[in-house]
Amino acid sequence: MSDKVPGDLRYTKSHEWVRQVHGGAPNGAIEVGITDHAQSALGDLVFVEVPEVGRALSAGEACAVVESVKAASDVYSPLAGKVVAHNEALAGKPELLNEDPYGAGWLFRIEAGAAANISSLMTASAYETFLAEESK
Amino acid sequence: MTELKMREPLIFELSKAGRGAPTQFPPLERSAVQVPAHLRRSAPPTLPEVSELQVVRHYTRLSQMNFSIDTHFYPLGSCTMKYNPKACNTYAMLPEFLGRHPLGPEPQGFLACMYELQEMLQEITGMTAVSLTPMAGAQGEFAGVAMIRAYHRARHDAARTEIIVPQAAHGTNPATATMCGFIVKEIPCDANGDVDIEALQAAVSPATAGIMLTNPSTLGVFERKIVQIARIVHEAGGLLYYDGANLNAILGKVRPGDMGFDVIHMNLHKTFSTPHGGGGPGSGAVGVSARLKPFLPLPIVGKDGARYRWLTERDLPQSIGRLSGFMGNAGVNLRAYIYMRLLGREGMVRVAEFAALNANYLMKRLQGLGFEAAYPQRRASHEFIITLKQENKAYHVSAMDVAKRLLDYGFHAPTTYFPLLVPECLLIEPTETEAKEDLDRFCDAMASIREEMRHDPEKLTSAPHTMPVRRLDDVRAAKQLDLIWNATAGG
Repeated sequence: MSDKVPGDLRYTKSHEWVRQVHGGAPNGAIEVGITDHAQSALGDLVFVEVPEVGRALSAGEACAVVESVKAASDVYSPLAGKVVAHNEALAGKPELLNEDPYGAGWLFRIEAGAAANISSLMTASAYETFLAEESK
Repeated sequence: MTELKMREPLIFELSKAGRGAPTQFPPLERSAVQVPAHLRRSAPPTLPEVSELQVVRHYTRLSQMNFSIDTHFYPLGSCTMKYNPKACNTYAMLPEFLGRHPLGPEPQGFLACMYELQEMLQEITGMTAVSLTPMAGAQGEFAGVAMIRAYHRARHDAARTEIIVPQAAHGTNPATATMCGFIVKEIPCDANGDVDIEALQAAVSPATAGIMLTNPSTLGVFERKIVQIARIVHEAGGLLYYDGANLNAILGKVRPGDMGFDVIHMNLHKTFSTPHGGGGPGSGAVGVSARLKPFLPLPIVGKDGARYRWLTERDLPQSIGRLSGFMGNAGVNLRAYIYMRLLGREGMVRVAEFAALNANYLMKRLQGLGFEAAYPQRRASHEFIITLKQENKAYHVSAMDVAKRLLDYGFHAPTTYFPLLVPECLLIEPTETEAKEDLDRFCDAMASIREEMRHDPEKLTSAPHTMPVRRLDDVRAAKQLDLIWNATAGG
């Protein structure tokens, strides 16, 4: 099982990653996807559903669905905020998420509200420790 | 081991214009053809033109490619379909049953069977009343949660909008709750497979409509804290829904009604041995406690003195309504009735005991071979889970590879990758009807596969080798459905 964990991202226990994107919205936006570990555990994806632009999300809210031949899983919003973009390419090519989970396979961007605190999420090394614990 | 290397053409590909067996057509009754001219088709339908013997050979060959419970050990168990004794089918096919029309006079013999089936299901589950109307498990679940909603509405308790679903519940439960308009709150299980009581206490509130639970759970273990769970949910004003998916494990041993459940759906086509190959028909009978009785779906069979009759909206004005044209899948219900009558009260207990004995025997033997049980501290109910997490790391083989390799050894694969909680898992349910010799043969195959894993993992990763088709591209199959034969495309 492949488990790449880029050092510059933040992570959740439900296997989402978060990237700070500068520019655009006043306080910047955050980009969200699922980790290499998550895509590898799910297997080949056949369907991805992303949240509508404009939808207000609360932290921990189920907002996207990734479906493989094994299972359908919810993706949870790591932080609260309004959706400002979603990855349209995934509708026709869900395999992008398997091939490039941290790049072309991103899911959605949210304009994080004032309360949003990206540093409350796990660092790469904390996530790696979490994965090691989980696979024991 | 038979090697099947044939590629059977489609019946349409065997077709040749003008070939057929028209002398064997039944005579056309003119009076039956009263379809108005403008609705009649002008060209005959495109049907394959083949001889009788071609048809017989074609379908016989297809059936020989199939894995079925009549030919192979089938460790999917009652989760999919256990063995259906042939007598159930034979008696349900008596012409007096088959010739019955639902709009005819209320047939006392058939109604007596259905009335007694209701009574027997009440007795075995410990519920107050039963309706046989739901047409399948999904409809039974829907009926169950719809009754919970109707109950809260009737009490003007509109704030109850949430259904709690533990991780170890049956996979369909969240979908049912959502279909009924509830918000699903998922709660975790502890390391031994029981519901996390602290998480449950934190989840209940005045918004709790109920909890959906399977016991034994999908982890194959009995939920030991069930009485405590029932108390917490009831004290919060919620109701308890029992998913009957795993009823096979507890028949005659312990009753959902006694555990504190308010509503249960039973998959008669799983536990009570009626056929549902190919997706149907099933039967999802529902049982309820006294407080949900007024909301049962209709019709139900009632009894006035010595006479049986259908109960209607006049008898149950608060019913959630009708779920099928008449009274569910009558033929399936009839098979369940015959099965229960053949077993009797003592036989029913033996079903649960042998199902649990077979599962525990198999688990112990597989553990002895070096396979890791997902919940080694727990005794299995009627099914158990092994995880191939270590083998995956050490030999780079997956649960799917083992499942595919089992086919080469003449065994249907067990359930793979469910429950999702356990990585690289196989969920194995032998059921009560397998002989020890067959269980031992399955263990021999698993031992041999374990050897291959270490010395020749390629044998697993490229399996199956002896089937009519090799490893199928299930991703492409899901993305590009190819279901229809098209005459113009040239087959």
